[in-house]
Amino acid sequence: MFLKTLLSWFRISFFLIIMNFKGKDIISIKDFSKKEIDYVLNYSEKMLPYAKGEKFKNILKGKVLSSLFFEPSTRTRLSFESAMNRLGGRVIGFSDPGGTSLKKGESLADTIRMADAYSDGIVMRHPQEGAARLAAEFSDSPVLNAGDGAGHHPTQCLLDLFTIKTEKKRIEKNKIVLLGDLKYGRTVHSLAYALSLYGAKLTFVSPTSLKMPKEVINECVDLGVEPTQTSNLEKAIKNADVLYATRIQKERFPDAEEYNKVVGSYKINNELLQNAKKSLIVMHPLPRVTEIDPEVDSTIHALYFKQAFNGVPVRMALLALTLGGSL
Amino acid sequence: MKKELKIPLIKDGTVIDHIKPGNAIKVLHILGFPKSSSSVVSVAMNVKSKMGKKDIVKVENRELDPHEVDKIALISPKATINIIRDYKVADKHRVKIPNEIVGIITCSNPTCISNSSREPVKSRFKVIKKDPPQIKCYYCEREPDDIAERII
Repeated sequence: MFLKTLLSWFRISFFLIIMNFKGKDIISIKDFSKKEIDYVLNYSEKMLPYAKGEKFKNILKGKVLSSLFFEPSTRTRLSFESAMNRLGGRVIGFSDPGGTSLKKGESLADTIRMADAYSDGIVMRHPQEGAARLAAEFSDSPVLNAGDGAGHHPTQCLLDLFTIKTEKKRIEKNKIVLLGDLKYGRTVHSLAYALSLYGAKLTFVSPTSLKMPKEVINECVDLGVEPTQTSNLEKAIKNADVLYATRIQKERFPDAEEYNKVVGSYKINNELLQNAKKSLIVMHPLPRVTEIDPEVDSTIHALYFKQAFNGVPVRMALLALTLGGSL
Repeated sequence: MKKELKIPLIKDGTVIDHIKPGNAIKVLHILGFPKSSSSVVSVAMNVKSKMGKKDIVKVENRELDPHEVDKIALISPKATINIIRDYKVADKHRVKIPNEIVGIITCSNPTCISNSSREPVKSRFKVIKKDPPQIKCYYCEREPDDIAERII
């Protein structure tokens, strides 16, 4: 037992020596190497008892986090705030930009300068692509991207990887189906890239008008993965290990008529899952609308609520690493 | 019969030759002319040459920095830069596309933060492929297909 603890301590210390995340911006999953992702996932696992409230450690006591949400969010914002509070830090910020000087015409750059002056780190969600990259240019404190339009959502990607890893014991070699709005969905873009880093077998299922962009497919190919593309969900899930569904996002469609044509294209229900492997896990970044029938919630396949909880340990790990706290 | 020059020879300065026909004005724009200089600038468009048509730009009494001029490779990758001293070509090189392009192309993504007039930033692209030129927005990572059309 003593030897095991000692070995585990040495392993953590070794990683701490070679991986320094303090002050690092978390903008895109592409800014991470596979080793760095592995490190964050391992550190997230260590955070689990603290995320559940079974253990307590105020490693971020005295630190202040700015939580700037220019777009609505439930899970990302609350799990970041929970993560910061659980580590003993404090959170300032807003969830509706209507009450800020942005309404008076202030630039994002100036808003970031202020948040940087008032806090030790910034978590931001913004409707425009590239906003987090811009914020990082104007902040000395680390910026953690909580979603920039149809761009990146790296913390969601890390919690998705963490969920697959904890459920399937590994990420490599799993057959993973990404379903839904693959054109505008930032989550699936980041995830397709990250899963390719691990050599997962990918199948993309979407309506023709919402196919995965060529840039994302090219990235998968560059990493040695040849994704299969289809619109036939039933066939795609037959041998799958993971079904990752996404909402068709009304807010990303420039044309309401285009949205009406594709909404409700796919529905995951118990009838569909009869043809799947028993061990298939169904994931979803949430919120869901009609794509997963509530009857699936009570099946062994449903993993989306646990996945949403995993946002807490993963974000605790990221906050501790970037703000300079250590277990 | 003696061949007549469309634009007279210059004594000192820079000649940008072999510009893709119809692109001379864009080249001037990329280089910031006429605002950036009081030099005399002559332009010839659709001039016949051995390799078909081309545009030519001559800038008198100013030797352009090759690195600055390399930006035009985005729209005219075969262009050449000739430094002229006392009517003779003192130096000649083909334009080379730089690794980063700042402030001369707008992002094709209307919701990219670099297109927001409120923000104090210039557009910024990483060059991911040089021939044919392929660029990626530093902010939103969109890869515009129509580079020439997106020059500010």
